[in-house]
Amino acid sequence: MSEPRLPLPPDAPIELLRQFRLQWEPAQQCYVLLYPEGMVQLRGGAGEIMKRVDGQASLHGIVADLQRAFPGADLRADVVDFLEVAHGKGWIRAGQHQ
Amino acid sequence: MEKDGSELASISNPLWLNAEITYKCPLHCVFCYNPVDYTRYGQELATEDWLRVFREARALGAVQLGLSGGEPLTRDDLEIMVREASGLGYYVNLITSGIGLNEKRIAAFKEGGLDQIQLSFQDSTRELNDFLSSTRTFELKSKVARLIKQYDYPMVLNVVLHRLNIDHVGQILEMAEVMGAEHVELANTQYYGWAFVNREHLLPSREQLERAEEVTNTFRARVGNAMKVYFVVPDYYADRPKKCVNGWGTTFLNVASDGVALPCHEARMLPGLSFPNVRDHDLRWIWHESPAFNAYRGVGWMKQPCRSCPERFKDFGGCRCQAYLLTGDAANADPVCSLSPHHGRVTTVVEKAQLPGERVPVRPLLFRGDRNSRQLSQ
Ligand code: SF4
Ligand code: SF4
Repeated sequence: MSEPRLPLPPDAPIELLRQFRLQWEPAQQCYVLLYPEGMVQLRGGAGEIMKRVDGQASLHGIVADLQRAFPGADLRADVVDFLEVAHGKGWIRAGQHQ
Repeated sequence: MEKDGSELASISNPLWLNAEITYKCPLHCVFCYNPVDYTRYGQELATEDWLRVFREARALGAVQLGLSGGEPLTRDDLEIMVREASGLGYYVNLITSGIGLNEKRIAAFKEGGLDQIQLSFQDSTRELNDFLSSTRTFELKSKVARLIKQYDYPMVLNVVLHRLNIDHVGQILEMAEVMGAEHVELANTQYYGWAFVNREHLLPSREQLERAEEVTNTFRARVGNAMKVYFVVPDYYADRPKKCVNGWGTTFLNVASDGVALPCHEARMLPGLSFPNVRDHDLRWIWHESPAFNAYRGVGWMKQPCRSCPERFKDFGGCRCQAYLLTGDAANADPVCSLSPHHGRVTTVVEKAQLPGERVPVRPLLFRGDRNSRQLSQ
């Protein structure tokens, strides 16, 4: 991916910015990310990653959870890649330590 | 064209429902995109009809809902619509001039699940804002902007740019920053409806455009990610047309205040098509089977140069309404395209816009309003 990326700290909780909403769309058979007057369809892996962005889980936590859900593959690099691009696009941000 | 089952299956779902719930509006913008003959249209749909439209479109797959107009706040059942739409799972956008929004209403919208409010501004200065919309509304809008913040909505500002305000882009952006805007759309006027009638007054010069883009880029560099600024260039200055409504009948479904369903806001002007009304048909039939929605779907209807153009799937030949307005035939290439034999109709207008500002356009600036609409309907 050649999109601008923004690194994320590994242990901070990650949250969606408040104008974004993620939901499952049966008609499109995928997750969509909704925002003012726009949307992105998140197919396959992208949806699996984004649905774990809940304002609690950190980058580490999300990778670990995906590894449990899809054992056997090494997902870390792809997940970090995707989340950094999402961060670069301004969909998500690192929250505060609680 | 007969549609068989297999072709039907290839029609995509509408994703975006735009509900022009009323054409009533307290403002009189000279660039208004509403049809100039709106006073001719029949009665507005009742609340229950709109709720049914929301349900039917949602079942077809629509997920973004725009509540627009006119000024949607002139309807006192907007709260009911917001609640129902939000319950159905729409991302609900209110597209408003802000006139009529008070604390009681915004509290009800928040509680009902409204997702965002897009507030339009005509300019950063009170004088021009009020002149261009022919009202005294700037103070009111600033108050509304504060309400939007107070209720923790993202601040999305929309400013329509044109010859008379484009030199103020710097001030407009500063105003947006002071208001704490998160998204700012600097949308150059699109020449339909009232804006088409006022085109000579509104089309900026190339130099104005370039300066405005420069100012915008400098501003972007300074604020970074804190504010997203979109700058939409007028397509008259492009040499390829926009992919209008993402392709006719692919994504966008507009329902006008009187229930007429359209593949774009402007399509009602096209001759020879009879657009179905949601009072007579359900949306599934309208979207998939009505002749009007199939008229310009895909590429089968195209003439040359589009028909054999390698770019035809990229822009679907541009905008049907612009083709009709400027060439008299909606099946022609959008004349914004430099490959169109009618491209000269765009360039002549553009060349005229390079003349100094004092040139006297033939007709006076026409404000949107019922009287002018009745006159233009004759
Ligand atoms: S553009 Fe202006 S006049 Fe037209 S509907 Fe919007 S606010 Fe009203
Ligand atoms: S000729 Fe038609 S299809 Fe080709 S670029 Fe121009 S408008 Fe698009």
